[in-house]
Amino acid sequence: MVPLSWYLIFAAALFSIGLFGVLSRRNAVAILLGIELMLNSVNINLAAFWRYGKDVTVMTGQVFAIIVFAVAAAEVAVGLALVISVYRRRNTVVADEINMMKW
Amino acid sequence: METTLIWLIPLPPALAFFLIVLFTNKSKMLSHTIGVGAAALSWLGSMYVFYKAITTEHFSGFASSIPWLPTGLTPDKWFHIGVLIDPLGAAVLFFVSITIFMIFLYSVGYQNFGQPDGDHDRAGLPPHGATVEEHGHKHVVPSVEPMYSRFFAFLGLFAFGMYVLVVSDNLLTMFVGWEIMGLCSYLLIGFWYGKPSARNAAVKAFMTTRIGDVFMLLGISYLYSVTGTLTFREIFTEETLHMLAESTTFFGMTVSGFIALLLFIGTVGKSAQFPLHVWLPDAMEGPTPVSAMIHAATMVSAGVYAVIRMFPLLTADYTGHGLTTTMSIVAFIGAFTALFAATIAVAQNDIKRVLAYSTISQLGFMIAALGISAYIAAAFHLVTHAFFKALLFLGSGSVIHGMEHGVLHTGNHDVDPQDMYNMGGLRKKMPITFWTFLIGGFALSGFPLITAGFWSKDEILADAWAHGHTAVFWTLAFAALLTAFYTMRQITLTFLGEPRTKEAEHAQETPWTMTTPLVVLSVFAVTFGWVGIPEHFPVLGGLVPNWFHDFVGHTLHEVPEAVEFSIVPLLTSLGVALGGLFFGWLAYRNVNSVSEDRLQIPFLKNKYYFDEIYDTVFVKPIYWFAENIVYKLMDQQVINGILHLFGPATDGVGSFIRNKFDLPFINRLIGDGSADVTYWFGGKLRAVQTGRIQHYLMLALVTFIVIGVVLYIFVLA
Amino acid sequence: MTGEQITFLAVALFTLGSGFMVVTSGNLVHAALWLVSTLFGVAVTYAVLDASFLAVVQVVVYIGAIAILFIFAVMLTRKDMRDQGPQMNKNWWFGALLAVLTFAGLFFLLQGWDGMSRTAAVYPSNFDAVSELGNALTSPAGYVLPFEVASVLLVAALVGAVYVAFNRK
Repeated sequence: MVPLSWYLIFAAALFSIGLFGVLSRRNAVAILLGIELMLNSVNINLAAFWRYGKDVTVMTGQVFAIIVFAVAAAEVAVGLALVISVYRRRNTVVADEINMMKW
Repeated sequence: METTLIWLIPLPPALAFFLIVLFTNKSKMLSHTIGVGAAALSWLGSMYVFYKAITTEHFSGFASSIPWLPTGLTPDKWFHIGVLIDPLGAAVLFFVSITIFMIFLYSVGYQNFGQPDGDHDRAGLPPHGATVEEHGHKHVVPSVEPMYSRFFAFLGLFAFGMYVLVVSDNLLTMFVGWEIMGLCSYLLIGFWYGKPSARNAAVKAFMTTRIGDVFMLLGISYLYSVTGTLTFREIFTEETLHMLAESTTFFGMTVSGFIALLLFIGTVGKSAQFPLHVWLPDAMEGPTPVSAMIHAATMVSAGVYAVIRMFPLLTADYTGHGLTTTMSIVAFIGAFTALFAATIAVAQNDIKRVLAYSTISQLGFMIAALGISAYIAAAFHLVTHAFFKALLFLGSGSVIHGMEHGVLHTGNHDVDPQDMYNMGGLRKKMPITFWTFLIGGFALSGFPLITAGFWSKDEILADAWAHGHTAVFWTLAFAALLTAFYTMRQITLTFLGEPRTKEAEHAQETPWTMTTPLVVLSVFAVTFGWVGIPEHFPVLGGLVPNWFHDFVGHTLHEVPEAVEFSIVPLLTSLGVALGGLFFGWLAYRNVNSVSEDRLQIPFLKNKYYFDEIYDTVFVKPIYWFAENIVYKLMDQQVINGILHLFGPATDGVGSFIRNKFDLPFINRLIGDGSADVTYWFGGKLRAVQTGRIQHYLMLALVTFIVIGVVLYIFVLA
Repeated sequence: MTGEQITFLAVALFTLGSGFMVVTSGNLVHAALWLVSTLFGVAVTYAVLDASFLAVVQVVVYIGAIAILFIFAVMLTRKDMRDQGPQMNKNWWFGALLAVLTFAGLFFLLQGWDGMSRTAAVYPSNFDAVSELGNALTSPAGYVLPFEVASVLLVAALVGAVYVAFNRK
């Protein structure tokens, strides 16, 4: 008898933790870790809504979650490729030092 | 049909003017064709109208008018202008059209059409001859006038002005024609504008006639204000004339007399009567066809025509016993001028000057005739004078041309081809010119019976005697004596005897374009007199009806009665004519140089020093006034001073606005200030762009939260 | 407290704790490994939610590929050993504040929704979730289009990643 609210709050908390990680970490890879946490929390939300929807036989929630998987995978691949490319060029992965777009 | 034609008569010369000025200026052949053609067209039209006029039973005039100036509420109350050819107008049209046509034709030869361009001829100076190589040796021939087309253009404009004056039925358009001719006289007298003497003469002519014109305009205005119309037929109605004759105005004169006097002053200027005569002799600076045109055929005749036209007004208060004030003034000026000018003519040596003073004198005859109410006589003399004076002028031009040929031949340019003392014996060299000039001269002198001048002059004298104006009679008789005398003097010195200079020896007859008009005009000079033989003349009178008297007399409301015959004026006129001619020949047949001429009295030769008097009394003071008061004081100091205030004032205001307002406020505060503020803001705001992605994320989130809160509070709750 | 609830709480705490360790761990490799455990906890959550397929895919894809990828990336960027020093930003407190605010905001918003106390329906028996999911993913009446687009996206990401990270010598 787990109410829906627990899942949602759980997902919100995971999202906030991921957000904290994104905003506060120095290492670029660590920022990507935080993004992964956020994406996962979204997925939990989607799955919860699928389960707690009116009709469980409608698979929309799960389909959405699958798509999010694919997107997250693509994003990680590209993101890490970028980080590696930047690392090769500027020899650093500290986010604060990658500031060439500064005014 | 006739009225349409009358409207069209002034048109060809005007068209010729425009065409020549705008299009054919470069082509001499086209210009003179257009000019002569236009004159011929107008002549044909005039002849047709004249023919119709004389063949109409009880002809009283062809008239047509159109409403023109909206001075009233309905078109029939507007100011009308139009054409009117009454008998007087027809007669005038006759001689004007013929003389203008002849002068146009003459000009072709006079301006040396067909001759080569001169060696060093310049536009603005008379042509000086061209060197031509012929059969191996060089000689100088007359050269063509450089401004040939321009001449014809101006002549066309002149003809237009005269035709307008003659055909108009109202004082306004008549005045328009009058002024056009004034302008053209300026343009044509000053035709050779390179000569200072010509320029001065042109200005003098214009200024002097202008003085007369001012008074004429005053007269026209006064007439309009009193009667409300300027159309002749409306003014010359019984009631209007009566009204004008009854009311009195300045100096105790009647209104009609006063207006007539003002209008007459216009004629004094235009017809060169004393005291405004000074321009006419100087006007001989223009080419001879111009002199003929202005001083014989058209312009000065226009002055007399104006007085003849206004005759009903002039005599509105004349009762037949004793001349009115105005008429006395008119008669006095006319007679005085006749005598005055004749005395000066006796001492002149330039062939054209003699004729100039002669014109002034003959015009005096006509004016005097009008003053003593001899309407028909004045009109008659106007017509005959036009013919023989035009003939004489053109003849003198022919003589001068012949003399110039001689001057070019000898190459001696110090010899004046116009000085009669350089001539002599020209009857052998230039026969056609001689015979026609002789006819003209005899007509001028009044040679009995076979010249027109006799009939017209005799009629004036007869009229004066018959109505008891003895002072006028004897003055005019003496003037006639002098006229014959100086005419014969002129003929003797020019044509008779032997050539006095080499140039005269080498003179030659002029081309057909110049001699044909002479012949044509001489025919009229002889025959025209016979249309006006007085009824009561012994033997001849009554054989031929006095057509002129009947025809022109119908212009007035009452045909003037024929003058009674008296033997005294006839004998006087025979005596002065024949006597003057004889004495002239007698005195001068053996005179060969200026020193032998006993009539070279300085007083006469210098025209009674009138030019010098006018110069001192009028001209020099006005120049001084213009130079010092108007120019130096008013224009330069006062007006320029005011203007020079504007510059610094505007400058001061401008600087003030610039420095106190524009620069600090607009430029610095608003312009630079906005830039500086934006710059400062930009400087502060760009701290946001750290280039560090986590900062951007944080910023995005903060914004998101804020928007969410705002949305939540204001939209959802 | 039913068994379900206890299970859920345990899994949730485990996951959240691991997640916290991910973002606060000083050593980057440790962080990556904590990520693995977090992902595992999420997989268990899916299982509790009767989304069995999702749980398996989570383990295989996320843990099996993505987490490994992370570890590779960490290893490839270790040159200056910078992961040993302080791992937090200068402004980490602001990040923390924002995270807390976000959570608070979400929590507050969720409280206002009346569907919060909904309970799960009974899971139908004989319900072949996997084949239904397959149907949904591939049938034209279902979500075949997003599926195809997602595959295109993956191809693009593949090509892009290779191109970006390619080491031109």
